[in-house]
Order: sequence, then structure tokens, then C-alpha cells
Amino acid sequence: MTNTPLVLVGILILAVGTFSLRFAGPVMRSRFELPERAQQLLAAAAIVLLTALVATSALTDGHGPAGVARPAGVLVGGVLAWRKAPFVLVVVAAAATAAGLRLLGVP
Amino acid sequence: MLMRSIWRTLDRGLARDIGLVCLADGVVGLSYGAISVGGGLPLWVPVLLSLVVFAGASQFLFVGIVAAGGSPIAAMIAGLLVNTRHVAFGLAVSDVIGSGWRRFPGSHLMTDENVAFAMGQDDLRQRRAAYWAGGIGIFVCWNIGVVVGGAAGSVITDTDVFGLDAAFPAVLLALVLPALRDRATRTAALIGVVFALAATPFLPSGLPVLLALAGMLFYRAGKPALEVSR
Repeated sequence: MTNTPLVLVGILILAVGTFSLRFAGPVMRSRFELPERAQQLLAAAAIVLLTALVATSALTDGHGPAGVARPAGVLVGGVLAWRKAPFVLVVVAAAATAAGLRLLGVP
Repeated sequence: MLMRSIWRTLDRGLARDIGLVCLADGVVGLSYGAISVGGGLPLWVPVLLSLVVFAGASQFLFVGIVAAGGSPIAAMIAGLLVNTRHVAFGLAVSDVIGSGWRRFPGSHLMTDENVAFAMGQDDLRQRRAAYWAGGIGIFVCWNIGVVVGGAAGSVITDTDVFGLDAAFPAVLLALVLPALRDRATRTAALIGVVFALAATPFLPSGLPVLLALAGMLFYRAGKPALEVSR
């Protein structure tokens, strides 16, 4: 049985903590003006994080590998995006590839 | 007034792309609600999390740990670790969010998807429109999805059947690809990916992605990675 007050406390701390993490950037940036070079570094850092998120969510599941269907789907989507295919096609092709492979019994 | 200027700035193609991602997030919300309730949690748990935390990966982690009988405090710490990347996002998109009161809703609406949409636009007006439209759209779709999924129970518990687990990395990949044409950014990102993947078997979720920032040590800028318009 779940301990309601403790779950509530956990959720509220997570909410306040998550908001603080999100709010930290805008607050810090409004306190002082950043030079061009620093802004460029921050933009690159965000891209580095997003790229790592792509790689880990495409290739891993928990602490292990993600199987075959999901990486294959992301690869198809990635190639289409690289060839400048429409965004809708990229998303649908990635999902359809993974779903199709699973239908065929590929993990 | 903010909403009207967002809609006037968004071009039709971008609005359609954002709409598609919102829809996909709504379906994932359905499954999240259904999984939470199916795992034995009362409906208010996933619904409250979605409203006040509004960060998908940390929410899945939280209900997963609590439904399995784990401590809500451990679940909270795990969720916070996964959300640490928002600090870097916030630094990168603060001029997109704006100043004054807008920083409050603007920060709460921060997700991987709308940050990536914003970074993919050329000028500040477009970035702002993409960020806010994406944030508001995802918030609405996600929360509706969670309530419906939780109330209806086992409609969709496994979105992997539809390949949605492949769609989300593909969405982010398509959005960061233009920025990766810059050589310095690409080098840093690829080295970051190696760090993150190598750390995944050993570190709790959230930390491997953060470790990718070590790739920035290899960042040697020739020209701006993204034109920062102000």
C-alpha cells in the first residue's frame, strides 16, 4: 500500500526542485550580461546534451542495450532528416520502422 | 496578447511539426497514466506529477519506483537527477523565454522537445514562438493524455507497439541536426555521446546524459555554433 503523505511530499519536493533547475538559467542570465563567446558555448552545450539524449534514448534502455527495432527506427528517421525530408515523414518513418520490425518479431 | 503574437509568428509548417510532437506526447501521456494506475497507484499521483513536475522521463521513473514498492524519497532523488539537464537548457534559452513574469510559466514549460524546436529556428522571434507554442501545446496534450489514460486504465500501456520509443529520439535528432553541421559543435557532441553511452551501464539514469557535457572540453569554436540574435 502506498504511503500517501510521503508520496505527496516526494512529488512536491520533486516539483519544487525541478522548477528550480529550470528557473536557474533564466535567473542567472537576467542578473548579468554574458559575452557573445559564453552564449555560443551555452548554445553548444545544449546541443551536446540533446545529442547525448538522442543517443542514450535510442540505444539504451535502463542500464542495458535497447535491442534492434528502436535503434533501427531512429536510424531511418535520422537518415531521412539528414536528407532534409519533411519532419512529419521523419517521425512517422522512425515509428513505423520500429513498430514494423517488432511486428516481425525483432526485439 | 502573447498567444496572438505566437500564432502570427509561427509559420504553417512549423506549427504542423509542433502539433505532431504534441500529439505524440499526448499518446505517451496516455500510456504513462495507464501504467501508473495499472501499477496500483491512485489516479491523483500521475495527474499531480504531470501538472506540477511536467517532465516525462522523471515522472516515469518516479511512478516506476513507487509502484514497485520503493521509497518516494528515493523516487524524488532519481527524478531530480534526470531533470538536472534543465539547468543547461535554461541557460541556453533564457533570452527565448524572456524576462519578468514570463520566466515563471516559461521555465515550467521547458521540455527537451520545445528547447530543441527553439534552437532549430533562425531568429529570436521564431525561436520564441516555437518555444512557447511547443511548451503550451505539449503541456495541454500531455496532461489530457495522462488523465484519460489513467481514468481509462489499460487502453494503451505499451507505446513501443507503435514505435513511439523510436519516434522521440528521431524528433530530437531531426531538430539538432542543423546545429550539428557546425564542426566544433559536432565534435563536442560526438565525444559527449561516447561519454554518455560508456557511463550508462554504471550510473543512475540522468547522470550519463549530464556527463556528455565533458564533450565541451573538446569544443573549439571557429564561428558561432548558432547565430545568437538579440
